[in-house]
Amino acid sequence: MHYNAGDTAWVLVSAALVLFMTPGLAFFYGGMVRSKNVLGMLMQNFATMAVVSLIWVFGAYSLAFGPDWGGFGLVGTLHFFGLAHSSQPVPGYTGAISQHIPPLAFVVFQMTFAIITPALITGSIADRVRFGPFLLFVALWSVLVYAPIAHWAFDPHGWLYRMGVEDFAGGTVVEINAGAAGLAIATVVGRRRGWPRSPMPPHNVPLTLMGAGILWFGWFGFNAGSALGANNLAAHAFINTNTAGAAGLLGWIAVEKLRGGKSTTLGAVSGAVAGLVAITPSCGFVDAVGAGVIGVAAGVVCSLAVSAKFRLGVDDSLDVGGVHLIGGVVGTLLIGLLGTMATNGSNGFFYGGGLGLLGRQGLAVLASGAFSFAMTWVIAKAIDKSVGLRMAPEDEFEGMDTALHAESAYDFGGSFLRSLGGGSMSNAQ
Amino acid sequence: MKLIVAIIKPFKLEDVRNALTKAGVVGMTVSEVQGYGRQSGHTEVYRGAEYQTSFVPKLKIELVVHDEISAEVVEAIVEAARTEKIGDGKVWVLGVEDLVRVRTGERGADAV
Repeated sequence: MHYNAGDTAWVLVSAALVLFMTPGLAFFYGGMVRSKNVLGMLMQNFATMAVVSLIWVFGAYSLAFGPDWGGFGLVGTLHFFGLAHSSQPVPGYTGAISQHIPPLAFVVFQMTFAIITPALITGSIADRVRFGPFLLFVALWSVLVYAPIAHWAFDPHGWLYRMGVEDFAGGTVVEINAGAAGLAIATVVGRRRGWPRSPMPPHNVPLTLMGAGILWFGWFGFNAGSALGANNLAAHAFINTNTAGAAGLLGWIAVEKLRGGKSTTLGAVSGAVAGLVAITPSCGFVDAVGAGVIGVAAGVVCSLAVSAKFRLGVDDSLDVGGVHLIGGVVGTLLIGLLGTMATNGSNGFFYGGGLGLLGRQGLAVLASGAFSFAMTWVIAKAIDKSVGLRMAPEDEFEGMDTALHAESAYDFGGSFLRSLGGGSMSNAQ
Repeated sequence: MKLIVAIIKPFKLEDVRNALTKAGVVGMTVSEVQGYGRQSGHTEVYRGAEYQTSFVPKLKIELVVHDEISAEVVEAIVEAARTEKIGDGKVWVLGVEDLVRVRTGERGADAV
């Protein structure tokens, strides 16, 4: 087997870039929660990296990208369990889409997507979920929800892929999936105590901005890496990613100004993330104009969508539905209008391609969103009924950091009195 | 002896301090406090959700002065702290029954 050194290097580097997004996400979210829960949020994200890394090697990768089970395009078999047969080419990638990278490079690149997707869900259930049951949720969800949807849309044997659905880097698999799952699990665990009447503002917006910067940086690996080669298509995806993030930032703060408010820093980075979300499925199928339109559209639509949770009464605490579900839907659908063969793939409606592509994209939105919501609801409900997903009220009041992890994030104030308070230290071992 | 307590806007501290020095006051105690009067709090906005903060940061100045200069000191504080905008604060004066300087044990007016 001949591997292309440039392609391989780019995909391996991209895998590292995408893995770095999950700590970035942890800080993006961590800044938005109250100070008593920031370690709990960081811990959920870092632990998700660990759990999914193992689940991916032992099962989930094979279910997503293994030989198709029964020819239905629904799920793979366990042929690659434990990374067995890893010298065999990844099934389905033949002809024009043949891979020129070692299959293990593909395994680790896709693993980083499988990690960040459940990590995104933590934003919906901030401040109120027990740690152990959360890990159980991530493990089950990776196998029962992520792996099948990845097979549908990313694997050339998947039913959505075969139908001609275009999802370059995960509008359905990552964004819509995580957003719908976030709404489902938030429905199961219920609202934070006091929401929405008690104010729960972000405790550290600079932390959130730092996390957003890391996300933007890592997103180049996410999107341009999905070309699976160091080539012209990767460059298209790279510049489109940046264009959409920039347009999304300006779109969100424009809405803030037009609604009579001030331009907020949280709004700016939320808009950038919304634009980056929406360009994820589309970065390899649109041109520069398309990327700009998609970015602005996502920034505007998501800034309006985040208030829907108050009307729905669902405490989607950090707006995973409003940003990732809605942004993913915007990006996935707009391929149907703005896709152009000049970049890659099929022509959308505005480029003379008819409405067929838009219809297929719409079906992919519905299928991935509905499956994710339903399956996630069942998994969360099962865990809640058996071992219990929700923290005890007194633990939730105290905060995750001390109640779940026996640590506190900050020791700025009160330390002088604490030093006089008769405390002592002992070796817990 | 009078205890003068003043609540002022934090950015006015330097002006008030200079005025007090001119008026012959040699010491004061300052603390950071929060509260509200006719000035309501401020609004913060995160992703479109508005959070009302009802308590506004202020500084509280406390000083003990001789009876004779009390009115003059109050006037100095008021002049220095005034912006003529809502939230400028308040000054009040209380009689002091006794006073001790810890270092020397001096009492009453000698300890001022």
